[in-house]
Amino acid sequence: MDNDRIDRIIDKHQCEASSLIQVLLEIQSENHWLPKEALERVSEKLQVPLSRIQHIVTFYKAFGLVPKGRHEVHICVGTACHVRGATRLLDHVQDLLGIKPGETDLDLKFSLETVNCVGCCALGPVMDVDGKIYGNMAPSKTTDVIKNYE
Amino acid sequence: MPRINSPEELEKVRQEILQKGTTCGKASPRSCISICAGAGCLASGAGEVIAAFKAELEKQGLKNEVNAKGTGCPGFCERGPVLVIYPEEICYLQVKPEDVPEIVSQTIKGKKVVDRLLYVDPATGEKAIHESDIPFYKHQERSILGSNIMIDPKSIEDYLAIDGYSALSKALFRMTPEQVLEEIKKSNLRGRGGGGFPAGRKWEGSRNAPDPVKYVIVNADEGDPGAFMDRALLEGNPHSILEGLMIGAYAIGAREGYVYVRQEYPLAVENLNIALKQAEAYGFLGKNILGSGFDFTVKVHQGAGAFVCGESTALMTALEGRAGEPRPKYVRSNIVGLWGKPTVLNNVETWANVPLIINKGADWFTQFGTEGSKGTKIFSLVGKITNTGLVEVPMGITLKDIIYKIGGGIPGGKRFKAVQTGGPSGGCIPEKLLDLEVGYDELTRAGSMMGSGGMIVMDEDTCMVDVARYFLNFLIDESCGKCTPCREGMRQMLKILNNITEGKGSEGDIGLLEELCETAVDASLCALGKSAPNPLLSTLRYFREEYEAHIREKRCPALSCKELIAYHIDPDKCRACMICLKQCPAEAVIGGKDRIHVIDQQKCTKCGTCLEVCPSRFGAVRKISGEPVPAPIPEDARTIVRKSKEK
Repeated sequence: MDNDRIDRIIDKHQCEASSLIQVLLEIQSENHWLPKEALERVSEKLQVPLSRIQHIVTFYKAFGLVPKGRHEVHICVGTACHVRGATRLLDHVQDLLGIKPGETDLDLKFSLETVNCVGCCALGPVMDVDGKIYGNMAPSKTTDVIKNYE
Repeated sequence: MPRINSPEELEKVRQEILQKGTTCGKASPRSCISICAGAGCLASGAGEVIAAFKAELEKQGLKNEVNAKGTGCPGFCERGPVLVIYPEEICYLQVKPEDVPEIVSQTIKGKKVVDRLLYVDPATGEKAIHESDIPFYKHQERSILGSNIMIDPKSIEDYLAIDGYSALSKALFRMTPEQVLEEIKKSNLRGRGGGGFPAGRKWEGSRNAPDPVKYVIVNADEGDPGAFMDRALLEGNPHSILEGLMIGAYAIGAREGYVYVRQEYPLAVENLNIALKQAEAYGFLGKNILGSGFDFTVKVHQGAGAFVCGESTALMTALEGRAGEPRPKYVRSNIVGLWGKPTVLNNVETWANVPLIINKGADWFTQFGTEGSKGTKIFSLVGKITNTGLVEVPMGITLKDIIYKIGGGIPGGKRFKAVQTGGPSGGCIPEKLLDLEVGYDELTRAGSMMGSGGMIVMDEDTCMVDVARYFLNFLIDESCGKCTPCREGMRQMLKILNNITEGKGSEGDIGLLEELCETAVDASLCALGKSAPNPLLSTLRYFREEYEAHIREKRCPALSCKELIAYHIDPDKCRACMICLKQCPAEAVIGGKDRIHVIDQQKCTKCGTCLEVCPSRFGAVRKISGEPVPAPIPEDARTIVRKSKEK
């Protein structure tokens, strides 16, 4: 991510230090993760110490400090999905992808995350790949879903 | 659109919109197909259905006579995609794109009902044509949610057509701020986000605070897993929340407001931003609103994903651009809040109630509910329940009515075990308390709480120790770490619970858990830590025997804890169909054609695939717990001789 793009986002928020979280969120959503250089740029432009930025990006869940894979797999572990067997689903997807929640595989193909509720409780357990929601998932169905992603 | 400068102009604009006929509902001269575009229905394919309707109406030349629109969520997620056809109010469920031509030709053109898309009562077999005839809706009182299906959330015109912003106009021109405050106090509206603090008292404190700069905030950081009431309101009817916020700002004298919404709800953020722009263009926000001299602006702030930010002081810290950690509340935030100024923070649903109270009066509002809890409450009824969805019920309704009359009971002939209310800070309520009336104080007395309105139903297959472990696990991730009893106490509780569910529990664990709970309740700073032990304490109170079975007999009565169960194929029932053998991801099933299958317990990962795929006519796979797995039958007895081959 180059400095121009970061500057544009910062300018949109009028260089206000109180907009720090909003600026970081926007960088995260454009770039999918927060490289160290980006954080340094934000620190310099907004005149906020890097240590405070580090505090924020490690405190909030939305931020990632490592690159993400091409496809983001989310397993809903909300209560409704949990009582309908989300743990078994998660175990199986972990085995299938060979990574744990929060990790990305070595060829940057998949990232796996757990989420706390995607709001489709009627369809639980739910798995979400790149924003597409797969409902009523059983461990035995996951292989067919995952193999569609290249 | 020119801005509206007086209440008279507002009424004129409203009439013009109604005559144009692009809106939905009984008042519209045109037919209208309202298709739910909420998260649940979109996931089951509502987007395709909406597109199919638009294409079909175009094809049939009905584009200018019939409206088709994606609307807010009416709540019946179980049967999505849901649609309602106005003015007849015919309700179709589980509509697929291929049903669209039939609906247009039969219902829109021919005025006939398509029978197979109607709701069928599973008990009586009776069909329901209208929304209001379906038992799921019949027992509800949908004063807030009811209008969702009538409006396109991206259109302010749709909101104006259902009398939108009339409460704001009434408050600004026919009431003084004191009268607005009085009305809210009289209604006894209590915070819908969890605590249940009376909104009127909160507002009054801020109003009377000497500082002239005050703020109002919408708390839309809905973090409870399994709860999506606020999401449905934000996505489905954002203007109603803004209208409530404006009225509140007028009452306490605030000029600036914030909506703190989680970034996990992108559609809510989008719809909210559109609503703000439209409200500004129409003159409901900005300087001199409706020509009244009242100025008010609203900013949207996206939360970056921290459960603790649902707590009021943590939310305000996050709004200031810092890590959202709570602070002690010796002085309440309605006196010293955001940027040190008096701040009124209320939940989405609380704000959405405000325009209704102003329009219909406090007396209308207090007709619903119990002594201490007035009005209606939206719950997200999820888990092991037949009709999953959002339900809005009058306070004081019993849990039994919600679960059986509205929710349709437990699916699959299973037995009800418990209902969990109040999210991670709430508790589990057992069967014997199902006659409990729903209200703030009633639920607290039962060891749970109202919370924001998650209601998770659990059946006999749900292990209560695992539920307690689940919530603790959730909260450990979300604890901000500021105070020790919460940060370290929960870690120790989880360790013990993990041991119990893995069969490593020992005598004395329960006592130790109770002691840790007590410390966390007494010594934590904010509500997260103080209420964190609730799921654990309530399950210990009502389901202690399950804990004891795990500890003493190393048995999980619900057959759920992975370490305490084993899968076994009954050799008498196995027909050697090879299905489980082929599907087992761990290749733990031994057998072959005409050879009875046996599970290699060493290889088995307990994923449950074999149980899931075993044809129900055989039902050969079962789970066992607390007893040794029967020895596999000898190799030479495994051959199955098929009857057809015997001849």
